[in-house]
Amino acid sequence: MCDQTFLAITFGPCDNCSQNKPLMNIYLKNEPINYCSLCVELMACQGLAKGETIHTLKTESETLKAKLEEERAKLHDVELHQVAEKIEALGQFVMKTRRTLKGHGNKVLCMDWCRDKRRIVSSSQDGKVIVWDAYTTNKEHAVTMPCTWVMACAYAPSGCAVACGGLDNKCSVYPLSLDKNENLAAKKKSVAMHTNYLSSCSFTNSDMQILTSSGDGTCALWDVESGQLLQSFHGHSADVLSLNLAPSETGNTFVSGGCDKKANVWDMRSGQNVQSFETHESDINCVKYYPSGDAFATGSDDATCRLYDLRADREVAIYSKESIIFGASSVDFSLSGRLLFAGYNDYTINVWDVLKGTRVAILFGHENRVSTVRVSPDGTAFCSGSWDSTLRIWA
Amino acid sequence: MARDMSDKDILKMELEQLQKEVKNTREPVSKTTKEIYEWVEAQAAEDPLIKGVPEDKNPFKEKGGCIITCDFLWQN
Repeated sequence: MCDQTFLAITFGPCDNCSQNKPLMNIYLKNEPINYCSLCVELMACQGLAKGETIHTLKTESETLKAKLEEERAKLHDVELHQVAEKIEALGQFVMKTRRTLKGHGNKVLCMDWCRDKRRIVSSSQDGKVIVWDAYTTNKEHAVTMPCTWVMACAYAPSGCAVACGGLDNKCSVYPLSLDKNENLAAKKKSVAMHTNYLSSCSFTNSDMQILTSSGDGTCALWDVESGQLLQSFHGHSADVLSLNLAPSETGNTFVSGGCDKKANVWDMRSGQNVQSFETHESDINCVKYYPSGDAFATGSDDATCRLYDLRADREVAIYSKESIIFGASSVDFSLSGRLLFAGYNDYTINVWDVLKGTRVAILFGHENRVSTVRVSPDGTAFCSGSWDSTLRIWA
Repeated sequence: MARDMSDKDILKMELEQLQKEVKNTREPVSKTTKEIYEWVEAQAAEDPLIKGVPEDKNPFKEKGGCIITCDFLWQN
């Protein structure tokens, strides 16, 4: 992406030294300034020389990071799998594909369950958003978005609407009507506006607010009815790829993960970044809160999934194997939090024992990358969506 | 927006964030992981994906069986 500096040549008095010279029209933070080339040179040198060079900022940042690690390490007295040694190992897992939902013409990018535990909304690269009944595999609604790569979709808590967005930089809410003939696209409401693609969206506890994350590096909370921006969250230094709200009992926070390898925990009311974790070696593709709300898991392009404990303020487990070299695109916990389901770019889904850190099963079936994995609200099944344009329900 | 910020601004933002975080309170891992483990133990009994769901109660079970209807012609 280009940085915001354009050059055009005009002739006239310089804003700085007032001499008539060929001017360089420069835009600093989106404001036009007309300086002659000499003043531009001087300004470029001064910008850094206020005792605050990029170098000094970097060294200070490194020392603080080291101090933070030291503080965290002091409390690292035991490993999670050591605490978990006493627990029984899980039995053999038999999980099969129970339903295959076919109907998307192109890669499935995202899906979400309805709270009624049977409906699913999914979105794909070709712009289609489909609402399915998972028990019967019937398609209940279909909408075609005006953009391709619909990377985010979410079901409203009431089950009466779906939100979706992608390369159009917006998040739109479609109320679902019972009348099959009704044109859903006509009732569409544009809620969120970002300056880059929408990577993830989620309703808060009501249909009235939506939380979005975007390729522009920010997350934002919007009011659905008015489309107003209620709060914005700045802190990532690159695209934000995923976000997840804390389970309702534990309060108003959410976690986000992005291409800057960081996972940040935010307070929704103040907009503050409360905690930040940077131990992954590559982009974080997915973040998911632990069902108790005290921890969260991440899946990353570095082929590992990690568990971070919020109260201990550190990473407490890594789920990886030497044989797994492809990135994890999506993670979700089972109802009790004992199992972690992770979808990978090598077309498989690995099931991990969260406490012991071992893998309990590999699920094969998809014929292309698994892009999204979600456990149903009552925990009886989970659904996976893939670039092979199908969704599978496993139980 | 992260893409519009200069390197210096991004570093400043990170620095302020780190200064705040160093002051966070933390609990020892032994205590927090024990709580996680206890929470899971309490919930695991009810987790359908761990304990399994009997086939007749499972809404996702295979729609099984075919019923073959045929007419028998008895001929003596």
